[in-house]
Amino acid sequence: MAALTPISRKPLSLVLPTAGAFGALLGLFVGTANGSGFTGVVIGALFVAVMGAFFILVLKNEKLAKWISILGIGALGLWFAGIPGAVIGLLAGWFYHWLIYWLYEGRYRARLLPYLTSGQVLWHYTFRVICGAIFVFLITPILVVMPLSFNAEDFFTFTPEMLRFEAEGYSLKHYRDFFSNNEWQRSFKNSLIIAPIATVISVSLGTLAAIGLSQSHVPFRRAIMAILISPMIVPLIISATGMFFFYSDIGNWLEGTLGLPKTFVGYVKVVLAHAVLGIPFVIITVTATLVGFDHSLTRAAANMGANPVTTFFKVQMPLILPGVISGGLFAFITSFDEVVVVLFVGSASQKTLPWQMFTGLREQISPTILAVATILVALSIALLTVVELLRRRSEKLRGLSPA
Amino acid sequence: MSTKTKLLAIVAASVAASSLVAEEMTIVSWGGAYSKSQLRAYHEPYSEKSGVTIINDDSSAEAVAKLRAMNEAGNVTWDVVDVVAADAIRLCDEGLAMEIDADTQLAAAPDGTSASDDFGDLLVSDCFIPQIVYSTTFGYRTDLVGDTPPSNICDVFDLEAYPGKRSLEKRAINNMEWALLCDGVAKDDVYSVLETPEGQDQALAKLDTIKDSVVWWSAGADTPQLLADGEVIMGSTYNGRLFSVIEEQKQPVAMLWDAQVFDLDGWIIPTGLSEERKARALDYIMFATDTQRLADQAKYISYGPARKSSAPLVGKHADLGIDMAPHMPTDPENAKNTFLYNYEFWADYRDDIETKFQAWLAK
Amino acid sequence: MSDETQSGPVLAADGTPLKQSLARSLRNQKMRALALIGPLLIFVLISFVIPIGSMLFRSVENGMVEQTIPLTVEALKDWDIDSGESPNEAVYQAFVEDMIVAIEAKKHTRLGTRLNYEQTGMSSLFRKSGRKIKRLDPQADAPFKDKLIDIDKKWGDAQTWAVIKTHSVKITNGYFLNAIDMQRTPEGAQAQPEDKRILITLFKRTLFMSLVITFSCIMLAYPVAWILANLPMRTANMLMILVLLPFWTSLLVRTSAWKVMLQQQGVINEVLVWLGIVADDARLVMINNQLGTIIAMTHILLPFMILPMYSVMQTIQPTYLRAAKSMGATNWTAFWRVYFPLSVPGIGAGSILVFILSIGYYITPEIVGGTKGVFISNRIAYHISSSLNWGLAAALGTILLAVVLILYWAYDKIVGIDNVKLG
Repeated sequence: MAALTPISRKPLSLVLPTAGAFGALLGLFVGTANGSGFTGVVIGALFVAVMGAFFILVLKNEKLAKWISILGIGALGLWFAGIPGAVIGLLAGWFYHWLIYWLYEGRYRARLLPYLTSGQVLWHYTFRVICGAIFVFLITPILVVMPLSFNAEDFFTFTPEMLRFEAEGYSLKHYRDFFSNNEWQRSFKNSLIIAPIATVISVSLGTLAAIGLSQSHVPFRRAIMAILISPMIVPLIISATGMFFFYSDIGNWLEGTLGLPKTFVGYVKVVLAHAVLGIPFVIITVTATLVGFDHSLTRAAANMGANPVTTFFKVQMPLILPGVISGGLFAFITSFDEVVVVLFVGSASQKTLPWQMFTGLREQISPTILAVATILVALSIALLTVVELLRRRSEKLRGLSPA
Repeated sequence: MSTKTKLLAIVAASVAASSLVAEEMTIVSWGGAYSKSQLRAYHEPYSEKSGVTIINDDSSAEAVAKLRAMNEAGNVTWDVVDVVAADAIRLCDEGLAMEIDADTQLAAAPDGTSASDDFGDLLVSDCFIPQIVYSTTFGYRTDLVGDTPPSNICDVFDLEAYPGKRSLEKRAINNMEWALLCDGVAKDDVYSVLETPEGQDQALAKLDTIKDSVVWWSAGADTPQLLADGEVIMGSTYNGRLFSVIEEQKQPVAMLWDAQVFDLDGWIIPTGLSEERKARALDYIMFATDTQRLADQAKYISYGPARKSSAPLVGKHADLGIDMAPHMPTDPENAKNTFLYNYEFWADYRDDIETKFQAWLAK
Repeated sequence: MSDETQSGPVLAADGTPLKQSLARSLRNQKMRALALIGPLLIFVLISFVIPIGSMLFRSVENGMVEQTIPLTVEALKDWDIDSGESPNEAVYQAFVEDMIVAIEAKKHTRLGTRLNYEQTGMSSLFRKSGRKIKRLDPQADAPFKDKLIDIDKKWGDAQTWAVIKTHSVKITNGYFLNAIDMQRTPEGAQAQPEDKRILITLFKRTLFMSLVITFSCIMLAYPVAWILANLPMRTANMLMILVLLPFWTSLLVRTSAWKVMLQQQGVINEVLVWLGIVADDARLVMINNQLGTIIAMTHILLPFMILPMYSVMQTIQPTYLRAAKSMGATNWTAFWRVYFPLSVPGIGAGSILVFILSIGYYITPEIVGGTKGVFISNRIAYHISSSLNWGLAAALGTILLAVVLILYWAYDKIVGIDNVKLG
C-alpha cells in the first residue's frame, strides 16, 4: 500500500466546511467552559474556516502556516485556560494545520487505491474513526485509573483540586503505601511466585496433551476434550468450593504423611488449583495451532534419524510456539487475576494480589489498588514494548522486511 | 529448571521459617482498618507477652462457608475467628464453633465482677465472645440535604423533604425493621408484625415507595465512597466507617444516630482443634477480651467495647487525639433511640424473608 | 502386480501380514496419543472433575435427616401425612431418643438449619427444644407427646412432622425443585408462592444478558479485529498493546474504573452536564442496572472476542477480496459473500468464550449490577457463602452447567470445537 495514487488539490468548498466542522468541535468545549456552548460552536467553525481560507488563498506558505497555527491557537489556549489550555491549544493548532493541508492537497487519497470512489474514501475514514472509538472504549477505564491513583484523598473521586490541576490535589501517598505496606508487598510477591509456576505446569502438560489430541487416531476424543475444557465452563464459585475439599485432603496427606511444612503445602495447593484453571486456555490455543501443522515434517525428521524428543524440540515446538505462548499468556493472566478460588483454597500466607485488592475494595476504600494497577500497566507497557522491539530486531537480523 | 530451583528455594525458605518460629496461630478477621485496630490493641501486646507469632487472615467475610468446608475436610487451619454475632450463632448451630464458658475461661473484670455479668446480655450465643458493639446507622451529606438536616430515621423514607439517592444494604435485615418503624408500627411490635406474611408485605410496600431512589450496597466500603462522591445524599453503613469518613477524611458528612441498630462482633474458636492449639486459642481470647484490651481497641476505631467495665477506660484516639467516647454508638447522647439486632428472630426468618426480599428487589 | 494373484494375506516388509501390522501400528498410535494426553487427563480428572462432581452431588444428597433422627424417620412411616393430626406417642418416643443422641453429638441444630430452608422457624425450634430435651430421660420420663408439646406447641402441629417426613428421603429432588422456584411438599412438587419466585427470572436474565454481552462484543470486536489484521504488522502490534493492556489490568480495577465513569456524579455524566447535553437534574442512570453490567462486562470480555477473531482474520488472504471485486462484486457483496464466511470460525470461537465466561461471572455484576443487573451466579455465591444452603447452590450450579454443556455441544455440532482459535 505504498503512496502510488497521484494526488491533486481539492476545491475550497470541500476543505473549508470540513475543517470548520472540526473547529466547531473544539469551539463547543471552549464555549461551554466559558458560558455558552452554542457561541463556541459558531466561533470555532468560523475561526478554523477563515484560518484555512487565509492559509490557502493569502499565505500560500505551508511551513509558515504551520507555525502560525500552532503558536496562534496555543496563545489563545493560554489566554483562555492557562498552562493546560496552552498545551491543548498547541496540539489543536498542529492538528488544524495538518487537517487543512491534508484536505486541501488531497493527501488523504495518497495511500489508498486509485480507483476508489469518494464514497469509498469517506467510508474508509469513517471506519477508522469507528475503530478509533472502540480503542478509546477499551483504554479509557485505564486512563481514568491512572490520575486517580495520584489522588490526595482516600476515595475514587476526582476532587475539585485535581480538576483544577493544583498540586495539593495530587500525592504519591498510595504508591508509598504500596511499597511500604507489608501486606501489599507480600501479596505481590506471592502472585509472582504462584502465577509463573502455575503457568509452567499448565503449559507443559497442556501442550503435551494438545499434541496427543491432534494425532489422527484418538479414542474418545470429544469426551476427553470436554473434560479438559471443563475448568473453564464450571462457574468459578462452584469450582472454588469443590476444589477446596480436594485440596484439603491433599494438604492433609502432604502435611501428615510426608511431613512437608505447612506454608509450602499451601503454595502447592494454590499453584495446582490455578494450573487446572489455566489448562483449557492452553489446550484450546495449542490444538488450534496444531490444526494447521504439517505432520509430514515430523515424519521427515524421523526419517532423517531424529528421535521423537529431538523432533519435538527442534521441529514441532518452534512451529507451534506462538500458540503455546499465547496459551501461556492466558494461563498466566488467569492465575494472576484470579480471586474466587484463591479465597477458598489459599490461606493467609498465600494471599495473592487480587485477594488483597478484593479485601481493599470491600473493607477500606484505598486508591492503593489503583496505584498497583498503574504500576502493573506501566510494567506491561514496558514488557510489550521490549518484546515488540526484540521482534523487530530479529526480523531485521533475519533480513525480513516488516510485512 | 528455574521452576525447580524456585520450588526448592520455597521449600528451603519455609523449612527454615518453620524451624525458627516455635509457635504461631492464625487469626481471621475482616481486614482494613478493623484488623489494624486489632493488631495494635491485641496481637502486638499478646505476641510480646507470649512469644506466639500471629498470622492475620482477612477471610471473615467467607468465614462461615470456609469453616464449614474445613470442618468437613477435617483440616481446620484457623485458630481464632472474628465474626458477627449472627454468623456466630449459625456456626454454633452447625457445630462448627466450640462452646466457651464465660466465667471459667474468660478474665473477670478488675473489680471482680464475673465475665458473664460484665458482658451481660451481649453473650448471645454459647460459642461467642463479643468484642465490640457496632451499629448500622445513617450518614448524610451536610451540603446536600438542605437547611434542615435529617434527624429522624423516617427522613430516609421522605423523598419530598430529602430528594436524592440514598444507599441501603442489599439484604432484608435492618431495612425491614426501619420500614415498619416508619410505617407507623410501634418499636415493640416490629418483630411480631414482621413474623406475619402481611407484616412482611407491609415492610416491602414501604420500601417500595423509595425503591427507585435507592442504591443498594453489599460491601461496607460502598456507602462511604458513595457519600464522598455525592452519589447519594444519605446512606446506611457501620458507624466506624462513618467516623473515618467524617474525622479522618474530613468529608462533609454527619451522622444520623436515630434508630441505629446495634450488632455485635466478636471471637469464636472453631471445633476440631488439637488440645494444644485449643489451649493457645483460649489463652489468646482470655487476654484479648479482658477489660483493658477491649478499651484499648477503641483508641483506634470507633466501636464500643462489649464489657461494661471497659466503658470508663475509653480514652482518646491514638492518632487524631480526639475524645472517643462521644463517637461510640453506646454513648447516651447517640443511643437515645436504638434497636438491638434480634438474633433469634433472624435465625428463623432469615431464609424466608431474605428470599422474599431478593424476589422483591429483582422485580 | 503379480502379488495380487498370490493367495494368502499381503505381507509387510518384516513378513507379518499387512493387516496385522497396520492394526499394530494403529494401536501404537493410539497408545502414544493416550500416553501424551494421559498425565493431564488424570490430573484434571482427579483434581477437578471428581471434586466438582461430588460438590454437584450435594444437589440431590439428603442423608442428614435420616442420619440424625433414624428412629423417628422409621416411626413416621406409619403416620398418615394427610390425616391432619399429630403422630402418635411412638413417634415422640423415637424422636426423644434420637434427639438425646443428636444433642450429645451437637447435631440437632444442624438439622434445624437444614429444615429451616423448608419451613421457617425450625431452626429455633430445634435449638430451643434441644436444651430442654437434653434433660429428659428416655425411659423414666415417658410418655413424651404432651411433654414435647409443652416445650413448644409446634411439636403438636402436624405441619412440623409433615416437613420432617417429606424431607427424610436420602436422595431428594427438593433442591432442584427449589432451584426452579418450586417446592417439595407432601402433595408432590408445587410452585413457590408468588413473592418467593426469583430464580427462574434470574436464569432468564442471565441468559438474556450473556447473549446481549456476546452480541455487543461481536459488534465491537469485528471492526477492531479487521483493522488489526489488515494494517501493517508494526502498526497492528502497537494497536494490539491497546487491546492487551485492559486485558492485563485486574478485573477488580477495571470494574471500579467503570463505577467511577458511569455513576451519576461520574466522569461521563459530569462531561455531558458540563457540555450542556444533559441537564444537571436529569443525569443519565448508567450504573446499578442492566446497562451498567452490560457495559462493564462487554469491556472486560472484549479481548476474549478480539483475539480469536484476529487470529482467524490474519489467515484470510486479502487477495480473495480483490479477486471478488475484480470480478465485479460490490464492496458489500465481496465482504458479505467472501470475507465474512471465512471469518465465521473466529466469531464462533470468540462468542463461545465470551458467552461461557459471562454466564458464570459474579464479581462484576455484584459491583455494578445493582438489583436488576445481577446474575444467577450471584445467588449461587450467596447460597455458598452466606446462607450455607449448599444443596440449593449445587442444584443451581448443575443447571447452569447443563445449559453450558448443551450450548457447547450445539457449538461443536455447528462449528466444531477444533475451529476454536484463541490467537
